[in-house]
Amino acid sequence: MDLENNTMEAIEKIGNTPDKLIEVLIQCQSLNQQNYITEEQLNLISKGLNIPLSKAYGVASFYSMLSTSKKGKYVIQVCNSGPCYVNNSKTIAKAFQDALGISLGEVTADGLFSLEYTSCFGGCQIAPAVKINDMVYGNLTEEKVWQLVDSLRKEAV
Amino acid sequence: MDKISIIIDGKKVSVPPDTTILEAARKTQINIPTLCYHPDQNVKGNCRVCIVEIAGANGFAAACCTTVKEGMEIKTNTIRIREARQMVLNLILANHNSQCLSCKRNGNCELQTLSQELNIEEEFLDKVVDLLPIDQSNFSIVRDQTKCIKCGRCIEVCNDVQGVGAIYNVNRSCDMKIAPAYEKGLSEVPCVYCGQCINVCPVGAIYEKEDTKEVWRALEDPNKHVVVQIAPAVRVVLGEEFGMETGSIVTGKIVSFLKRIGFDKVFDTNFTADLTIIEEGNELLHRIKSGGKLPMLTSCSPGWIRYIEFFYPELLQHLSTCKSPQQMFGALVKSYYAEKMGLKPEDIVVVSIMPCTAKKTEAKREEMHLNDYYDVDIVITTRELAKMVRESRIQLRELEEEDFDVPLGLSTGAAAVFGATGGVMEAALRTVYEVVTGDELDKIDFKNLRGIAGFKEATIPVGDLDVNVAVANGLKNAKILLDLIKEGKANYHFIEIMCCPGGCIGGGGQPIPATNSIKEKRIEAIYQVDLQSELRKSHQNPAIKELYEEFLIEPLGEKSHKLLHTHYIDRSKNNKDKRD
Repeated sequence: MDLENNTMEAIEKIGNTPDKLIEVLIQCQSLNQQNYITEEQLNLISKGLNIPLSKAYGVASFYSMLSTSKKGKYVIQVCNSGPCYVNNSKTIAKAFQDALGISLGEVTADGLFSLEYTSCFGGCQIAPAVKINDMVYGNLTEEKVWQLVDSLRKEAV
Repeated sequence: MDKISIIIDGKKVSVPPDTTILEAARKTQINIPTLCYHPDQNVKGNCRVCIVEIAGANGFAAACCTTVKEGMEIKTNTIRIREARQMVLNLILANHNSQCLSCKRNGNCELQTLSQELNIEEEFLDKVVDLLPIDQSNFSIVRDQTKCIKCGRCIEVCNDVQGVGAIYNVNRSCDMKIAPAYEKGLSEVPCVYCGQCINVCPVGAIYEKEDTKEVWRALEDPNKHVVVQIAPAVRVVLGEEFGMETGSIVTGKIVSFLKRIGFDKVFDTNFTADLTIIEEGNELLHRIKSGGKLPMLTSCSPGWIRYIEFFYPELLQHLSTCKSPQQMFGALVKSYYAEKMGLKPEDIVVVSIMPCTAKKTEAKREEMHLNDYYDVDIVITTRELAKMVRESRIQLRELEEEDFDVPLGLSTGAAAVFGATGGVMEAALRTVYEVVTGDELDKIDFKNLRGIAGFKEATIPVGDLDVNVAVANGLKNAKILLDLIKEGKANYHFIEIMCCPGGCIGGGGQPIPATNSIKEKRIEAIYQVDLQSELRKSHQNPAIKELYEEFLIEPLGEKSHKLLHTHYIDRSKNNKDKRD
């Protein structure tokens, strides 16, 4: 119910015209602990902004920063573009998989973490880099990955 | 403005600025191949099949979306271009389920034709075709994404022409596909089943749910009395499937064919189109006299009905309560005709041949039955009729013309024009005028209501009253009128709305292609049928008069209400169709 009210509030604040779609989507995703836009939210957005649901879904599924399926509280995005790739981003991704016990594209059972590849977010000078929610971490090694996961687990408690 | 001079394949050409290379080439009879391009749609530029070489430029340019510049030298058909086009096509084919032999569009597929024209000898790339389930969630339309080449034509027609937006791009890059939100089935989203997406699809990714097997089975069942009705827009279009000129009228040949394959009676939807005019005309007069909801909206087009049910349920009371001619026909066959012939309704099978995919779902609406029997049992489209003709191995061209059976095969020219946008209105005015004034209408051709334009209006003096009417085709045009009604600004008595652009001659079940220029010829043929009719006003139909005398007693009477009128459903909350 809260999510519904907050979604409506966000639409009202940002504006209820079709051109506000992306802004509204970003804001609505941030309202959700699981970092995604729920079907109920998308329905409200579609009605509120007078956009067909298919189009709202099309836009939400187009951008990698938006999600239409459940993610973790911490969304771990491993950069897979050129500079990170040649600096062993694959090893980093593997380390996260081992540390979290999930594969790419999955969410941990406790809902804390989700793991995915992303394209460049501008951390090339500290490659290999990852983005976790709004924070960027670079110069990663396998060991640093385990430490990072550990500290986030503690932070969450 | 000054013309621009360019050279295409060594030929000097002058064209207006903003002309695309594709258009400039076609003006000089140079035919650049295309795939995503559709003459009635926006330029998309996503298939890259139309690439050409421009002197001095790196790489290739897509002819459909590159405008000419002064002095441009263009080559459209060199070895390099042909090889590049073959590569482009091979990339598309790598992602396409090319099981052509069992494809609905075998023999009428733009990708197949292009593969032939570009001389594809081998599909040399590995196939990457996702095994996605075929969407068969509804009675009308099937989507097979393994065939989809992602040209986006269906998205444009669904969103920009019909304003429905049932489908859109989902995901990005190589994961992109065309689907409803959350990749649900069409039955779970507000799809109106108009089938316009089918008509623009270059391949076999979208097609009607086929019901021809049920028809063949009914015909061979010795215990069934099988009757058939043909919609007005089928008779001027079927010929196209057999290489006849666009606009050929093949009514008599269809009747003859249907008799040959064993239908017990071959009747005409035009009969109940005439009946619709009597009922709907009287309903309009009743609403005007008694202060009922105006403007009254026509209710013949099932895609349109679904649209208003989904998107404007608050305006449902404006809809005429008349069932569509298809459904009136079924209801009468299982009551009036059954009684007359001494048949039990359960032993009768009513088959409809329609230009429409939405009619398949209309026949399955819960309101559309009496006792335990659906009014109409099986609905097939014009395209499916063409398939049955081929399967029968009968040569349509060689058939003698035959007449419809009586009494449900008799009709007037007013019924014939139902097949084109503006036709229902014209037919209604011919009758309403004479019923109200008692005078004979001299000028019965309402030419300002004819033609393919999306919106038309007129004021017709009927006795003391100036009747304001409007006609819209294509749902985006309907939306404009609905918004006016909502704002209380629609000063009309009667509005005709047809779901499909051009009316039923452009329906989702009609032969492909159906471009605007083809539709215009089909419309001409519709009015030709009208002109050739002995009687051209619905109330003059002797079989309709007899029907009222023997059975219905009076328009809007008790029997009419039970059999010929219906009600509508607010679908805005729950999109789901109930399936039996």
